[in-house]
Amino acid sequence: MSAALFETLLRLGDNTLVLGHRVSEWCGKAPVLEEDIALANTALDLIGQTQMWLSYAAEVEGAGRSADDLAMLRDVWDFRNILMVERPNLDFGHTMMRQFLFDAYHRALLSGLAGSGDPRVAEIAAKAVKEATYHLDRSAETVIALGDGTEVSHAKMQTALDLLWPYTGEMFHSDEADAEMVAAGVIPDPEGLRPAWMDTVTATMAEATLTLPDSNFAHKGGRTGKQHTEHLGHMLTQMQWLQRAYPDATW
Amino acid sequence: MYAQMIKSTGKGVKTLDEMDPQERAFQERIDAGGKIEPRDWMPAGYRKNLIRQIGQHAHSEIVGQLPEGNWITRAPTLERKAILLAKVQDEAGHGLYLYCAAETLGITRDEMFEALHEGRMKYSSIFNYPTLTWADMGAVGWLVDGAAIMNQVPLQRTSYGPYARAMVRICKEESFHQRQGFDIMMKMCNGTDAQKKMAQDALNRMWYPSLMMFGPSDKDSVHSEQSMAWKIKMNTNDELRQKFVDQTVPQAEYLGLTVPDDKLSWNEEKGGYDFSEPDWSEFFDVLAGNGPCNQERLQTRKDAWESGQWVRDGMLAHAAKKRAAKLAAE
Ligand SMILES: [Fe+2]
Ligand SMILES: [Fe+2]
Ligand SMILES: [Fe+2]
Repeated sequence: MSAALFETLLRLGDNTLVLGHRVSEWCGKAPVLEEDIALANTALDLIGQTQMWLSYAAEVEGAGRSADDLAMLRDVWDFRNILMVERPNLDFGHTMMRQFLFDAYHRALLSGLAGSGDPRVAEIAAKAVKEATYHLDRSAETVIALGDGTEVSHAKMQTALDLLWPYTGEMFHSDEADAEMVAAGVIPDPEGLRPAWMDTVTATMAEATLTLPDSNFAHKGGRTGKQHTEHLGHMLTQMQWLQRAYPDATW
Repeated sequence: MYAQMIKSTGKGVKTLDEMDPQERAFQERIDAGGKIEPRDWMPAGYRKNLIRQIGQHAHSEIVGQLPEGNWITRAPTLERKAILLAKVQDEAGHGLYLYCAAETLGITRDEMFEALHEGRMKYSSIFNYPTLTWADMGAVGWLVDGAAIMNQVPLQRTSYGPYARAMVRICKEESFHQRQGFDIMMKMCNGTDAQKKMAQDALNRMWYPSLMMFGPSDKDSVHSEQSMAWKIKMNTNDELRQKFVDQTVPQAEYLGLTVPDDKLSWNEEKGGYDFSEPDWSEFFDVLAGNGPCNQERLQTRKDAWESGQWVRDGMLAHAAKKRAAKLAAE
């Protein structure tokens, strides 16, 4: 097995799994019915992508684990998602700002991965990038509308951006596994995704009349598994409960 | 059935001869199987009943997201999570079609929400029961979507065009939901002892509430007649309940589950099952707001609406600014 490829696939699949889970928590509670539908749709897309990434991860690992085993039976330290996606939803503004910051990154990343030297990665990314592009259109539109909307909505969106900003830097960090995969032509260089992401973010925030925080500080530790937030453990107690409580059952 | 206690005018149904020419033409069109469209003349009572019925159905779709949403974050596999998400997304979509259909009658979606939040409009009693185990996701699809289909398939032929067309779209998806629910039940019933126990427990709790979905017995449902004449109700409550029992009992047997009814037996003569009535006093309690989850379900919706106010305001303000800017540019 290629340890670096396995690691990479977990990073991709855990991002979509954890964010998909968070988005699904909105079920039936969105501010407008159209948003209920859109949030469920986004969550569904992300869980679908998770199935593809984690299935491939399980194959690459070759240890007899399935995508479900990876999702439902790993503990916090084995998760490889960025910290931003495990943050609690807080309000709708925070949820949509997080979605936008992630979508802009995700689209850039998946566009790069669609040209991957690994055909399976390229195939999954080519499918996922269409969804990510659609998600980005929607989340950008919402961020713009609420940033520009009323004084209240503007303030809430600025607060969300300020809160989330320190969690964006992790998307562009690299470690040895990344370097190995970049060299092998499997993934684009993470740092190389930053300019496209920054362009999208700058243009959108300008339209949303929001101010980009003047700080480069980045929380990290999720992608490497070194240190997650306290929130992920609580998420797993729900997500994994049935599989752990009834280990011999199939569902 | 999602529209359980629709009170109509309460007066007896007029004969054609008692009607004025306009009303008579309207009734004759319905009798001939014609459709009424939003711009057509219609009796005030027809409009009022339809708003209540379609609105109640729409609210049921929306509130119905909550008992299933209760398990989305705990779905046992990625595939089950995806299926459940897709289902709940469909239900929200059904709500949307139905609110749109009701809006053609001259009420806004916001007005209907307000009526729901103030308790002036209802949603189906079934969603006031809790979903306690994963098997409930199976039982809801199998029984609740199953009962909904039983009611809604005939409504595809209802006299009001927009409602009938909404039903056509909705019914296709509801049958899909029912198959998925049954599939969960199959897995549970072929699974471990704990899973079988969950499945039986789910049936025990959901059986009578599902029977209640068709509304009280026809002899106690004084307002059905006018609705049937207007073809906004196509079958009596008892007919539909009987059909549902006849369809569902063999499915329960196939699953190896026991329907929680000692009196259940096949009646050769009528070609259907004899079965026990649900406890109607419980039904009226739930309707009066005293079901196990009434308070929570409604509070969840009210909280969602109130905490979303700033979002709706922001979106509207932005749209208004965009319109103004566009006008200024012209
Ligand atoms: Fe539905
Ligand atoms: Fe329905
Ligand atoms: Fe359904």
